[in-house]
Amino acid sequence: MTSKTRTPIQLQINGHRHELEVEPRVTLLDALRDHLGLTGTKKGCDQGQCGACTVHIDGQRVLACLTLATQAESRDITTIEGLAGEDGTLHAVQAAFLEQDAFQCGYCTPGQIMSAVACIREGHAGSDEEIREYMAGNLCRCGAYPHIIAAVRQAAVEAAS
Amino acid sequence: MRDFSYLRAGSVDAAREAAALPGAMLLAGGTTLVDLAKCGVAEPETVVDITHLKGLDTIAVDDRGATIGALARMSRVADHADIKSRFPAVSEALWQAASAQLRNMATIGGNLMQRTRCPYFRDPANFPACNKRSPGSGCSAIGGVTRGHAVLGTSEACIATYPGDLAVALVAFDAILHLGDRQVAVDDFFLPPGSTPEREHAIEPGEMITAIGIPASAAARRSTYLKVRDRQSYEFAAASAAVGIEFEADGRTIRDLRVALGGVATKPWRARAVEEALKGKVLEPEVVRQASLLAVEGAVDHGANHYKIELAPRVVARAILKMGETA
Repeated sequence: MTSKTRTPIQLQINGHRHELEVEPRVTLLDALRDHLGLTGTKKGCDQGQCGACTVHIDGQRVLACLTLATQAESRDITTIEGLAGEDGTLHAVQAAFLEQDAFQCGYCTPGQIMSAVACIREGHAGSDEEIREYMAGNLCRCGAYPHIIAAVRQAAVEAAS
Repeated sequence: MRDFSYLRAGSVDAAREAAALPGAMLLAGGTTLVDLAKCGVAEPETVVDITHLKGLDTIAVDDRGATIGALARMSRVADHADIKSRFPAVSEALWQAASAQLRNMATIGGNLMQRTRCPYFRDPANFPACNKRSPGSGCSAIGGVTRGHAVLGTSEACIATYPGDLAVALVAFDAILHLGDRQVAVDDFFLPPGSTPEREHAIEPGEMITAIGIPASAAARRSTYLKVRDRQSYEFAAASAAVGIEFEADGRTIRDLRVALGGVATKPWRARAVEEALKGKVLEPEVVRQASLLAVEGAVDHGANHYKIELAPRVVARAILKMGETA
């Protein structure tokens, strides 16, 4: 049986392999931020209620705060740092968030953007009502929701054209 | 969070064997277990990760019914074309639950093992008394803030609400849980608190949910899940109803009716009195509203949750009438 002590694991993040040693209880969120210095993924509630820590595992949006790092071994992980092109070209959703001024303090924004990318890819961005429903897992304490919806709508329309 | 060992199970048998050891708990999507470990409510010695097991996530639907593997994720079941067409209430209960991220993580089997959201249960540091957590320690909710607590199926030991949506649809349509060597009706799987609120499920150490079977029926095909809550999305039910209806050839007389309630009871709550009162009757709004009052027969409130006794029958009536309109 695996021990409670730090165990070497490998994580595939944004196309790069990372080797680290973590206790089994360490979440993917803490592994990203504290062990690998990838602080773009934010810790909001740390209880699966706010969506600030949204990342993609095997292309699906999930919460890094309720995922054990060890569970994510051999999966393909994408964080906000992996969204822009190698040359720094922003992802269409990132560009839409800038254009629509879809944030105030910005703390929830990486999670909003990761969620929006998946929402559009899932085909759940067909109307404002649908965007509201399928983006409901990402809270914004500043209340920038109208602009967030506008940004998701814009990116969805661009993706469809 | 207390430290624990991690074991990745290589087979169902290995998982069951490991999970039978003292202090061991199965880990699937993690949305309940990791959360409760952070709250200090769950204190596993060992977590047995079953998410790498193969072949437990299939969804098969035919004329007899649906069989859903325990590791199928909520989002996949909600979006499955045959589940949507033959069991709309099941799909609707799933996509109205939690958030898109949580539905991508949480498995169907794990969903049924979800624990109550009672804030006293979830906060051992500030509320040591909780019969569900520490049998015999008392109940902090009784006499506390009870707005979200149950009005049906409560006991002097516990008034915690069963929080899930899926299981409400499953009890309405007589789903069966496969526990490896045996099967149990989903209604029997969830236990009322009585004097042993710590025991929530009819499952023994070393048992594991491997699949859920839902028998096909005309009522399941014409069904809906209506969820009323404090905010429009990403919220637990203030009151919800899974309703399925089958009409006689005249399209107006009720042949079969299924009604179950969520958000108001200590377990997914089948409202058989409403079903019996309306079977054989012609669907008329006033008749439906009167019969729906039977949904909360025997309800007991604890002050702030009194509204649920008025709300639940209205939700039931609205769901039944909505299904009637599609005739």
